[in-house]
Amino acid sequence: MTENGTTTTGTLRVKTGLAEMLKGGVIMDVVNAEQAKLAEDAGAVAVMALERVPADIRAAGGVARMADPTIVEQVVKSVSIPVMAKCRIGHFVEAQILQSLGVDYIDESEVLTPADEEHHVNKWEYSVPFVCGCRNLGEALRRISEGAAMVRTKGEPGTGNVVEAVRHIRAVHDEIAWLTGLRPEQLFTAAKDLQAPYDLVKWIAENGKLPVVNFSAGGIATPADAALMMQLGCDGVFVGSGIFKSGDPAKRAKAIVEATTHFEDADILARVSRDLGEAMVGINISDIPDAERMQERGW
Amino acid sequence: MRIGVLALQGAFREHIVTLEALGASGVAVRLPEQLGDLSGLIIPGGESSAIGKLMRTYGFYDAIRQQHGAGMAVWGTCAGAILMATEVLDALPDQEALGLMDIAIRRNAYGRQVDSFEADLDVSGVDDGTFRGVFIRAPWIESVGDGVEVLARHDGHIVAACQADLMATTFHPELTGDPRLHRYFLDSVVGA
Repeated sequence: MTENGTTTTGTLRVKTGLAEMLKGGVIMDVVNAEQAKLAEDAGAVAVMALERVPADIRAAGGVARMADPTIVEQVVKSVSIPVMAKCRIGHFVEAQILQSLGVDYIDESEVLTPADEEHHVNKWEYSVPFVCGCRNLGEALRRISEGAAMVRTKGEPGTGNVVEAVRHIRAVHDEIAWLTGLRPEQLFTAAKDLQAPYDLVKWIAENGKLPVVNFSAGGIATPADAALMMQLGCDGVFVGSGIFKSGDPAKRAKAIVEATTHFEDADILARVSRDLGEAMVGINISDIPDAERMQERGW
Repeated sequence: MRIGVLALQGAFREHIVTLEALGASGVAVRLPEQLGDLSGLIIPGGESSAIGKLMRTYGFYDAIRQQHGAGMAVWGTCAGAILMATEVLDALPDQEALGLMDIAIRRNAYGRQVDSFEADLDVSGVDDGTFRGVFIRAPWIESVGDGVEVLARHDGHIVAACQADLMATTFHPELTGDPRLHRYFLDSVVGA
């Protein structure tokens, strides 16, 4: 946080504020400037610059790392909407590099191979905001306590299968509802059970919501998937492989944008769901060996 | 008093909460036919390119111009201020603005997210001390026409302005919980 007269940059309110502006929108994974332009033209609120979309990371195997800075820079130059980029969990040097490249948000992401199996990045040290994945409330609150200014439920990336995204948003909301029904003396034990800081647990119990914006990610492939997640109460959606692994990316991207805005209007959802060409081929979660489930990464 | 908040994308919920706290009725507007019988419309912060594309797809440009002509006041915050302007500098090639308010506005004027900031502002017409301005990848108003009153400046740049029943702010009053600018809109801009 730097102070210049009465002007202050890098505050928590400025960091969470950008996420507030992305609400109701779609953030799309892109691997080059051309895809970034297509995403912007389709009405994306931001793009995620990476070297490979999650489905290709899954297929390629090996260690997945931060994208080459040249790719990130090309994407930053090609669009005027915010640009996000991923660093490995706990890889604070990749985070330093991404901040230096001028990205607008860093995703400390389970899609990449973790660099630290105990610690996440101390996100308070950066002026650029971070988004992190979560599968439940405890995980969300641990990330927020580390300085995340936005969270996203993880789902299972690169599968085109929305089932894990649904499981995770339901888990977060069920646990919030549970906390709001507890008596004050129960919150201490709840904090212990959730493995989350007591102050954040108390705040959730009093306010009945997360203190930061929560998007849904990991498996969204159709306009109906996006609207499903919105109706389940998330603030917006990330679409990774679902767009550029489909038959007609431009049309599908625009359809998912419209579905995210008009998520409660079944007539509009029916119209935008028509004639989108091939959706990405999905993967059943039970066909993925435990060791290859990206959602298990993060502590 | 019924005030619409354009709910295509962005921070529309916070505007509705603040309006309701002031006793107005806040309506989330997702389709042009919801614009009838509104005393005012707030175009919220969000991504101006994303909101603009959805406005075009759903026929909002002419509908908002028409309702403004019929007496509906309009307030744009950040992206909303960009969409109201007669001239947008550093716009996307195909970006369309409503052209309601006689201002030239520069998109992403301060730079990227790391340049986003907070600052105390003196806002003309808003009493009881300074107003905390939250600027997120904000534009600034580069110049204004004759009929436009400047309400606030930051570091020399115009960040709030008013023109009869139109108001533009480049920062986000809806993120601070301070209702004074919403009160000003309801008292002095709606019905002006």
